Amino acid sequence: MSNGTPLLAVEELSVVFGGRGSDEVRAVDGVSFTLNEGKVTGLVGESGCGKSVTSLALMGLLPSRGVRIGGSAVMRLPEGETDLLRLPARRMRDLRGSQLAMIFQDPLSSLNPVVPIGVQVTEILRRHRRMGGSAAAKEAAVLLDRVGIPDPTRRLREYPHQLSGGMRQRALIAMAVACRPRVMIADEPTTALDVTIQAQILELLKELVTEEGTALLMITHDLGVVAGLCDDINVLYAGRAVESAPRGPLFAEPAHPYTIGLLGSVPRLDAPRGEPLTPIRGSVNDNIAWTDGCAFAPRCDRYAAECLEGPPPLVPAGDGHTHRCVDPAEEETE
Amino acid sequence: MTTTPSSQNLPGDPGTAVPAEAGGDGRTPLLGRRAAKVDRLAELMGERADDGHGAGVWRTAFRRLRRSPMAISGAVIVALFLLVALFAPLIAPYSATSQAWGNEVFPNQNVFVGPRAENWLGLDNLGRDQFSRMVVGARQTLLVGVVATLVGFCAGALLGGSAGAAAVLGGRRGAWYDNAVMRVIDMMLALPTLLLAVTVAALVGPSLTTVMLAVGIAQVPIFARLLRGAMISQGSRDYVLAARALGVRKRRIALAHILPNSLGPVIVQSTLTLATAIIDAAALSYLGLGNPDPSFPEWGTMLADAQRFLSSAPQLAVYPALAIIVTALGFTLLGEAMREALDPKLRK
Repeated sequence: MSNGTPLLAVEELSVVFGGRGSDEVRAVDGVSFTLNEGKVTGLVGESGCGKSVTSLALMGLLPSRGVRIGGSAVMRLPEGETDLLRLPARRMRDLRGSQLAMIFQDPLSSLNPVVPIGVQVTEILRRHRRMGGSAAAKEAAVLLDRVGIPDPTRRLREYPHQLSGGMRQRALIAMAVACRPRVMIADEPTTALDVTIQAQILELLKELVTEEGTALLMITHDLGVVAGLCDDINVLYAGRAVESAPRGPLFAEPAHPYTIGLLGSVPRLDAPRGEPLTPIRGSVNDNIAWTDGCAFAPRCDRYAAECLEGPPPLVPAGDGHTHRCVDPAEEETE
Repeated sequence: MTTTPSSQNLPGDPGTAVPAEAGGDGRTPLLGRRAAKVDRLAELMGERADDGHGAGVWRTAFRRLRRSPMAISGAVIVALFLLVALFAPLIAPYSATSQAWGNEVFPNQNVFVGPRAENWLGLDNLGRDQFSRMVVGARQTLLVGVVATLVGFCAGALLGGSAGAAAVLGGRRGAWYDNAVMRVIDMMLALPTLLLAVTVAALVGPSLTTVMLAVGIAQVPIFARLLRGAMISQGSRDYVLAARALGVRKRRIALAHILPNSLGPVIVQSTLTLATAIIDAAALSYLGLGNPDPSFPEWGTMLADAQRFLSSAPQLAVYPALAIIVTALGFTLLGEAMREALDPKLRK
């Protein structure tokens, strides 16, 4: 599906918190995926599965103390391939905002309340594109216009609280795309917005990705967003990818019981009235270490003894579809 | 939604003849309460429709201030004090230093002159016009208060701000710097303010600069701790992470993003500090560590001088003491009201 080498190839990324006395927490444990030009890659999972930690690790925004990061994240930059996880902090700071950008979940708290929008947008242009004051102001207006904010010159003078939720998220997106980054990470960008605005923001993101050829990593727990936007999907559970597939196969033939459970727990419009939702038993806390077996086993409906015989390997199922289940769902279910 | 008593009567509400409490104008309590709720709602909507801009933190705080009796009384006192201090030479009817009525006052024989048409507050022990001395003395107090607060603010903000910024953005080395600075601040904080001020004044010797410096230095730890705490709490906010994610430089994050968001409590504290500074300055003068130049009347010095004649002429001590108390009260009221208006926890 991808043309040429991927823009960002994440291999066996792992993030471990703690150590030195306290118990270690393996927040992310051997996650691999690739981001390609003009494509959207989804990272799906429930709270605490390591989605946000993955994104912060890629951005180099995790604190340096008490965190160990393993694996590699090789990014294709104009000057050659670079492993983001091994870049010095100064170099990383230059990349952030220019080559790599991130959109956060809560647009209100992600904007500085006492600084006008214009200053916050131009500050990136001045920093990375070395623009002067008036040129940056002009470009900022163009950017706001580009993300669909009406009357941009007026909005630039306003403060975040004077904008609506959707407009704030648009402003944040404008800041993220200000320097035409090659890779963009969106960490649940629509969670804090209401449904109609959600759709508009997703539409905008899709448009930006296809027009600019940016690679987007979409982090979400909303399967509706995944279905509408993502080209490739990685389902995370307890820090590991349990299933990865292009959108079509994943929704048509989910192999891992967790994916099946996620899909089954989504309310459907075409379901008969009054039909109860099928939840996944238990909570994320009921898992076992991946080293002992399948972390999902305690919550799994298809649990068998072999699930606890060591970590389940990644099984290819053809067509870029891989999963981590010793007893995957049959292709011809129902 | 809960309504605070102060927010129930709209400013300049034309409908109610009695501007008393809500429901006080002949309606049943229930109706009154509902009316108050509606008023409150209208007010909120009014705020929104106001100018299409919404209201900023400072603007809403100011609105709240205008309705607080505490803030108004504080502001009136402070305004009066400022007017008197600024226009002292125009207000004072006589020279504050000339002993024009020296032949009417004999402290040794317990002969003092109380208030009279010519000298509104009477004469002091050297036959000088007490009212003029009080008025001119306000200048000294204002000067010391403002400069001392500025000294405390600047030094404290520099120390606390750098420590806070280092703690948030500086990584391991920053944490070390923060720790070092704050332990020194803690040591300063452990000393009582006045003792610290007296120590500084005793070390440098009595002069006007000493008073300002000593009182200012005594305020440094409070400002430093306050700003550092505010900056650290701001440092974990999303917008800081967002700014970092966009590659904004650390210095700019600290100065343009974290600092402006942390200044609120510090600005409020400076109003409160003005009150403390005025009292501390008076105390230093009282202890004889103030400005030794007798050509500048100062309330603390006047108080100390009047002490010797307390039994025969208590008014000489009462005037400057009252002036100090009322001025300090004014600044405290205003400062406390500002703190409450800006504190979202006290707001609802």
